[in-house]
Amino acid sequence: MSRFICPVCEFVYDEQAGVPREGFPAGTPWADVPDDWPCPDCGVREKTDFEEESGS
Amino acid sequence: MTAADTYPGGTDSAPHWRDPKRYYWLLGLFIPMFPFVAWGLVTWTGLGGFWWTGVVVLYVVFPLIDILIGKDSANPPDSALAWLEQDRYYRWCTYMYLPFQYAGLVLGIWLLTRGGMSVVDQIGLTVTLGGVAGIGINTAHELGHKKESTERWLSKIALAQTMYGHFFIEHNRGHHVRVATPEDPASARLGESFWRFLPRTVYGSLTSAWRLEKARLGRRGKSLWTWRNDVLNAWAMTVALFGALVAAFGPEALPYLVGQAVFGFCLLEVINYTEHYGLLRRRTDTGRYERCAPRHSWNSDNVASNVFLYHLQRHSDHHANPTRRYQALRHFDDAPELPTGYAGMIVLAYFPPLWRKVMDPRVQAHYGGDLTRANIRPGKHAAYGVVAA
Repeated sequence: MSRFICPVCEFVYDEQAGVPREGFPAGTPWADVPDDWPCPDCGVREKTDFEEESGS
Repeated sequence: MTAADTYPGGTDSAPHWRDPKRYYWLLGLFIPMFPFVAWGLVTWTGLGGFWWTGVVVLYVVFPLIDILIGKDSANPPDSALAWLEQDRYYRWCTYMYLPFQYAGLVLGIWLLTRGGMSVVDQIGLTVTLGGVAGIGINTAHELGHKKESTERWLSKIALAQTMYGHFFIEHNRGHHVRVATPEDPASARLGESFWRFLPRTVYGSLTSAWRLEKARLGRRGKSLWTWRNDVLNAWAMTVALFGALVAAFGPEALPYLVGQAVFGFCLLEVINYTEHYGLLRRRTDTGRYERCAPRHSWNSDNVASNVFLYHLQRHSDHHANPTRRYQALRHFDDAPELPTGYAGMIVLAYFPPLWRKVMDPRVQAHYGGDLTRANIRPGKHAAYGVVAA
């Protein structure tokens, strides 16, 4: 399970927890999140700009 | 030892730093006082004209103060930004807008429905209430961008007075994603007058909010008709608020409530109009729009407007870092700058020929004379000497 971080506001998408509010239940792999899904906190950039968190 | 309001020191050349605007932010609470000030002045002088206090202050006094006081482009040291953001004092400056906003609304509706006011006076007080409500959308805007759920709730509550609960969705998830593109209803186009922009943004923002919630709830396998729909539950707050006031003051309260709400959201939209007029993000080779940069928002560093609008005019930094708290927003030297504060610009926007005379050359200069790079209203390309793409 990986974590992906928004490069602008540091919102974290954690595959283990998902983001149920956004329609991605716990365990939803990052690959299943659509490319044009914007960061739910800042809205500046979309999924393709998120960075995988290293070392966890 | 340093006082609680002094940054104790960081890694750069400002070991101790005090925020010069710290106590100015309390002045923002003057706006929700408008109905009380108006009532006081009318009672004291016997002159009904003072019911228009809110309008006169917003459209005449604030623009003049901007011109008289001028600009302040000082930024906090970078190392102090995190410290500045965590200071809860600044949050309370915005939270406190709400109790005054609603106390003023109750007072205003009571005054309007008890009878004895001329029609002109009634309109004056209604637009004064609408002014508070419209600037309340700016307070809601600051709160709605925050990650904390309490502040998001307060944001929705502040929007109830203007029937603009959907703004909470559309602004964060729509406007910020598509800003300075032809797809954004809230980004004004070159050659588009405010009066043409107004219906486009009101209708476009509403339908966009609805679509965004439809997509979000659709992913969860839910229908739109649920309390989890943030557009519906935010509107429900307006129904509850208006319902309570009608129950208390009778059905004659309703036209005033609707009138002040319409004036309030139109005030928000004229501010929106000034923020991105004519500015356009380019498409990259992949077909996506480039990331929003300082050059995609109009800024103004007039102190007075900035204090009353919680640094909204440091708009480029806001779009670069939407979750950043208002007190920590910075001025950028390379961002396009308006000739005066938002307060003066909104007055100009009501008069399209004047607006064009002032702003079109600025858009032209911003693009080095190459208006193919501007966001032009469809059908207006030839008027600007540009071949439509």
